[in-house]
Amino acid sequence: MASSSFATNASFMTATASNGTPAPASPAANPVAVPPVPAPVQPVAPPPEPAPALLAGSVIQLHVVDHAIKGVHLETTVSPDQVIASALEMDQAGLALDTITGVDWLAEKQMEVVYDYFHPVTGLRVAIRSRVSREDPEIPSISQVFPGANWHERETHDFFGIIFAGHPNLEPFLLPEDATYHPLRKDFAS
Amino acid sequence: MTAPELIESPSERAPRENFVLNLGPQHPATHGVLRVKLTMDGEFITRAEPVCGYIHRMQEKMAENRTFAQFLPNTSRIDYLSAMTYTHAFVGAVERAAKLQVPPRAEYIRVITSELNRISSHLVWWGAFLLDLGGFTPLLYAFDDREKILDLLEAITGARLTYSYYRIGGLYNDVDDAFLSGTRAFVSHMRPRLKMYRELVTDNIILRKRLIGIGPVSAEMCRKYGASGPVLRGSGVAYDVRKAEPYSVYNQLDFDVPHLPEGDSMARYLVRLEEIAQSLRIIEQGIDKLPSGPVMAEKVPRVLKLPAGDYCYAVEAARGRFMVRIVSDNKEIPYRVKLRTPCLSNLSLFEEASRGMLLPDALAFMGSLDLVIPDIDR
Repeated sequence: MASSSFATNASFMTATASNGTPAPASPAANPVAVPPVPAPVQPVAPPPEPAPALLAGSVIQLHVVDHAIKGVHLETTVSPDQVIASALEMDQAGLALDTITGVDWLAEKQMEVVYDYFHPVTGLRVAIRSRVSREDPEIPSISQVFPGANWHERETHDFFGIIFAGHPNLEPFLLPEDATYHPLRKDFAS
Repeated sequence: MTAPELIESPSERAPRENFVLNLGPQHPATHGVLRVKLTMDGEFITRAEPVCGYIHRMQEKMAENRTFAQFLPNTSRIDYLSAMTYTHAFVGAVERAAKLQVPPRAEYIRVITSELNRISSHLVWWGAFLLDLGGFTPLLYAFDDREKILDLLEAITGARLTYSYYRIGGLYNDVDDAFLSGTRAFVSHMRPRLKMYRELVTDNIILRKRLIGIGPVSAEMCRKYGASGPVLRGSGVAYDVRKAEPYSVYNQLDFDVPHLPEGDSMARYLVRLEEIAQSLRIIEQGIDKLPSGPVMAEKVPRVLKLPAGDYCYAVEAARGRFMVRIVSDNKEIPYRVKLRTPCLSNLSLFEEASRGMLLPDALAFMGSLDLVIPDIDR
């Protein structure tokens, strides 16, 4: 049902694809007869196209990391008051909100909030972290910048008890509506 | 909308008012236990507020209490309709962190089985979606074809739905010739079926009137909410994790990313059907290129400890971008596992996009988002 309305991909996608590793030695037509030499499979990271612009004109200091090892192209740690500025910057660079989550660092008495972004055109992946104290875990909400952050922040509040200041409706999302516990805190015991 | 004279307010103190309608949590159109609190103005929706968490299982807490291998079966039970791709993301994240080299044969078989799983998932969506719209017959055709995939996968994995077929470093077992010839036969069986689907359903004027222009979602709205998969591609953005962050052996296979600019329910419908055709292409190439060799990496430690740090691995699941983030502190059990599921982001735009919509249209729109509720609630 190859409909003519399904044109092949836009040029950026072919550009991304052509950047892959060279194709392996000609594959065997018959899978049983000729076993080709197994070549190690190396996943290839796409070229992070908006990366230079993000790195140059950025108020937040992004660092390049190896996508093949970490699964992201750029990452950084910002202070809680820079969270909204970093979200605005990601928004202007055309990135989409991937997810927001938390990590409880009990030994260090800190809560980490991780903001993941992806670029819907180039595939660039950015992770921005921020840490708040465990006693007073409060961080500004980015739901004014990305409305999709609303549910992710509610979920993070459910699981970790992190307060997202300025959130329109910080009520339990996945937990029962009368839940007073935060199950992903490391000192949580059911 | 003007109120009919009969129910006009008898006094000034009782003006015409909105009413709240509960859709679900037990409702056939929500395909699971999703509740939507609808504020209605007559037949029109003024606010639709999804209420989630009815089948929340705290998968992420379970992950913190067991080893990586022990958590692996859970990954088949998040989105039970595309279990293969979810397991792929989890084992991929662990392999990336442990720097395990997966044999090429295992990677090719992963791609073939993942794409078979994608087709079976899209077939369930197709049948159930048309059931929502009032057409019963297509479901029978879809399940007939899906049955063939389930039989193929059952023969190699031992399961029909929650496969847990991939292992950290490879596969549970190798495929046999019967599977390969059966899969080839399925590919040649499915192509004419897609043509028949088109003639039977897609070209149907009633279906088109129910879907064209219904539930428009712009690319910008998708970006703001993080929607992905066929929802994003139905809005004209050719984003596919298989191309954007190539994993496994997808960069050695030739396939297109179907995308349509309209952004309505029809576009999402057409994108999914074309994805079935593309998956058939991938499966065919995968079988052609399938190398021989082992299906398990040689040195997978019995006690697997990942180096401290955090590692992401994203895959293109049937419903969009699924990402696993593992935070390790160099112990046998993960310090934290985050499961980024596509349905949560795809549903989060429902409130904004359904404003002002007729209730029956909103149900068609919700069906075109292809929701799996355990995927949202985890």
